[in-house]
Amino acid sequence: MILVNRFLLYLLFIIPSALFAAHFEVGRDKPHHTLKSVLQLAKDHDTIWVDRGLYAEGNIVIDKSVVIIGRNWPVIDGQKKSEIFSIKASHVTLKGLVVKGSNYASLDDPAAIKVYDAAYVTIEGNRLDDNFFGIYLQYSKHTLIKNNVIKAYGKEEQMIGNGIHCWKSDSLQIIGNTISGHRDGIYFEFVTHSVIWRNVSHNNIRYGLHFMFSNNDAYISNVFKQNGSGVAVMFTKNVIMINNHFIENWGDASYGLLLKEISDCHILGNRFNSNTAGIYLEGVSRARIEDNTFNDNGWGMKIQASCMDNVIHKNDFRSNTFDVSTNGDLVLNTFERNYWDKYEGYDLNKDGTGDVPYHPLSLFSKIAETNPSAMLLFRSFIVVLMDRSEKVMPSLTPDNFIDLYPRMKPVFT
Amino acid sequence: MNRILKYVMLDIVKSKLVIGYTLILALLSWSLFSLEDNSAKAVLSLTNVVLLVVPLVTVIFSTIYMYNAAEFIELLASQPLKRVSIWTGFFLGLSAALVTALILGLGLPLLLYADFAMAAVLLTTGIMMSLIFVSLGLWVSSMTRDKARGISTAIFVWLFFAVLFDGLMLLLLFQFSDYPIEKTMIGLTAFSPVDLCRILILLQLDVSALMGFTGALFRDFFGSTKGEWVAFGLLTLWVVIPFYFSTKKFRLKDL
Amino acid sequence: MIEVVNLHKKFGKFSALSNIHLVLEAGHCIALVGPNGCGKTTLIKCLLGLVVPQQGQILIRGQASIHQHSHRAYLGYMPQIGRYPGNLSIAQLIEMVRNLRPQQAHYDEELIDSLGISSILSKKMSSLSGGTIQKVSAILAFLFDPDILILDEPTAGLDPLSSEILKQKIEKAVKQGKLVLITSHILSELDELVTEVVFMQEGQIVLHRPVHQLIKETGETKLSKAILSILQSKEHHE
Repeated sequence: MILVNRFLLYLLFIIPSALFAAHFEVGRDKPHHTLKSVLQLAKDHDTIWVDRGLYAEGNIVIDKSVVIIGRNWPVIDGQKKSEIFSIKASHVTLKGLVVKGSNYASLDDPAAIKVYDAAYVTIEGNRLDDNFFGIYLQYSKHTLIKNNVIKAYGKEEQMIGNGIHCWKSDSLQIIGNTISGHRDGIYFEFVTHSVIWRNVSHNNIRYGLHFMFSNNDAYISNVFKQNGSGVAVMFTKNVIMINNHFIENWGDASYGLLLKEISDCHILGNRFNSNTAGIYLEGVSRARIEDNTFNDNGWGMKIQASCMDNVIHKNDFRSNTFDVSTNGDLVLNTFERNYWDKYEGYDLNKDGTGDVPYHPLSLFSKIAETNPSAMLLFRSFIVVLMDRSEKVMPSLTPDNFIDLYPRMKPVFT
Repeated sequence: MNRILKYVMLDIVKSKLVIGYTLILALLSWSLFSLEDNSAKAVLSLTNVVLLVVPLVTVIFSTIYMYNAAEFIELLASQPLKRVSIWTGFFLGLSAALVTALILGLGLPLLLYADFAMAAVLLTTGIMMSLIFVSLGLWVSSMTRDKARGISTAIFVWLFFAVLFDGLMLLLLFQFSDYPIEKTMIGLTAFSPVDLCRILILLQLDVSALMGFTGALFRDFFGSTKGEWVAFGLLTLWVVIPFYFSTKKFRLKDL
Repeated sequence: MIEVVNLHKKFGKFSALSNIHLVLEAGHCIALVGPNGCGKTTLIKCLLGLVVPQQGQILIRGQASIHQHSHRAYLGYMPQIGRYPGNLSIAQLIEMVRNLRPQQAHYDEELIDSLGISSILSKKMSSLSGGTIQKVSAILAFLFDPDILILDEPTAGLDPLSSEILKQKIEKAVKQGKLVLITSHILSELDELVTEVVFMQEGQIVLHRPVHQLIKETGETKLSKAILSILQSKEHHE
């Protein structure tokens, strides 16, 4: 059955294209020596094979729906003088290329591969090295960016662009890329109905992933490690975040995940390890935060008083310096059935839920929130004493900042 | 002075208190390291040992020892020995004995289980704590002849630096929360060796980022090499100044 | 040998010594006598440097001694109540004191045997009786064969036999030309030894005479009576 299906597919698509499309070969000992000359000859749906070698041809504009495939990693070098690939036609595929050395310009954002107003572009299995922007999409739809390795060596935020930059696009798939050393690993602005899956974004200067005004997207099973500041999701709604790892985003005012002015998001099954703050929430409403683990963070969650109607349910909080903190007395969020390793209650009826409610907010974290200088007294004996007595008889922390049903055992072990 | 040091050390080592102190430290640190699967957590608990237990034991032990050594001191003072040498001998002897106890009890497990930088900072601050509180203990014992009063003063000294000082800082913080008092706060920590040590340890524990979130100034100051040296210099002053005053007192003391 | 000039010592408001002038020569055995609390022990402690006077000079063998320490090498001191580190044995104590004075070449260990200490050398100081501690104090005072011996109530707690041995030892020392300064309440015991008497009262020296002169003046044979009568005659004059 499968065989028959494959055969039919072959018949329907591949044979016709083979019949009508031409093949070109580029290389030192091939008929064509430059990509540009071939692109002039090629027509829509043609395939261009590029042999190993160095191609420094300046800006290469692709305005036909062609497939360009590299053999043995040909190097396309912008020599830091220009943008390298400018894709201005739909149905373009770039594969197996090494693209390096785009120029630096602050006005027109040159990239290694830039897609201008084109749909169904496939950028797959390329290696991008030392570019200003890596892959840059504007007004693009149904584009696939897959298994690329995007590397840069930025030192300062304003001297380097983003790894994968998407602007005003829709229905993108960004899968399995590895991005490092850029400003933001992945940047979304006005991007909708898109998925970011299985990428690794590490050691970028600003954010591993940066969302702005991008609704109805999902990012799943990505790893964000040692970025300036993890992931930022701002001014957005309906974003789904599942099974991501936020690791070691550690530094001054750094966090695993920054949520700002967002609503109706679902944060499920993520891991926050060793971040200065696991999640920082400001102006967040109706988010469900479930089944996440917060380990070894400075703060597990920093929830500003501007957040409301969020549900924090069935998460594990372990060995964080502060599990949660907030800056106000108003609590409009629900904490339920989480596991807190600092919980010291008991479970007489053995139903797995502690019989005494848990107040996760420590007095000192509240003091430090409103009075930063207090941090100087962190871990001093008096502060420990204060926290202890507050735990026994809460008087200064809000009463309703409470987990009524704290778990006795972690959700995940 | 070397001879005095030798006899003081011999005398202290014979007393079961220091051996007990070593054993308690060892018991605490070994059990912490073997019970906690996370060595960072054990280090955190040991921080409290360094900041609270070490000063308490040290200051009380040195004060009591000095009172109990009155005969010994009298004997030495009637020999052709300088008073300053006698006093220095006692200071060094006490310090050496207590620091040895610290290294054996706390240092060994630290070096074995914790990462080196952490162990080094904890041990260094522990040693500084020992020296400072020996120095303070000597000062207390030089102030009054009354043993009971001396011991209660020693306990108060500990209580002051371990708890009350921070309480006052906190009070100050609330009172002047509308003013930019970060710099004043940093300045004030100079007056508490326990706070200085605590901050040095915290910065090494990498909670520095937490401090950065709230008050970058602290980190900028104490986190820099210069700040560390300043803190270390202040700690040294905390050893030297009480010792200087107690020596001055002892030189004129009627035995 | 010892010269004290204009010495004043106050403990708080209480004046323990005031305007003390005293010259003591070698080859004499001087009895420092007076009622309890008259300042005898304070004066001795000043000589040793254990108590620091507010005013005045003390010259020992011609050298100013206040705030100095080297003169103590010439002093042997036997305190009234010896207080020693309890966890040392007698042998360790003697060994330690020796070690503290490395420049000393010659030791006088005669008393260790004659006072019967050699058999109990391994006993801890804390387990000793008052009398035995006195014996140890005496041993330490004579150990370095000092030029000056200062003995505070030397025979107070001793049994008659040991007391006699110590007296002989003192006598020998005086004959060797040492200066011996003794305080005692019981003058009769020391009659045959003493060559000079210093009487103190309320922190002041009331009387300082050679014994033979004292005897001659008063016509008494007993030293204690001689002192008593001269004091009475003084009061009479005033």
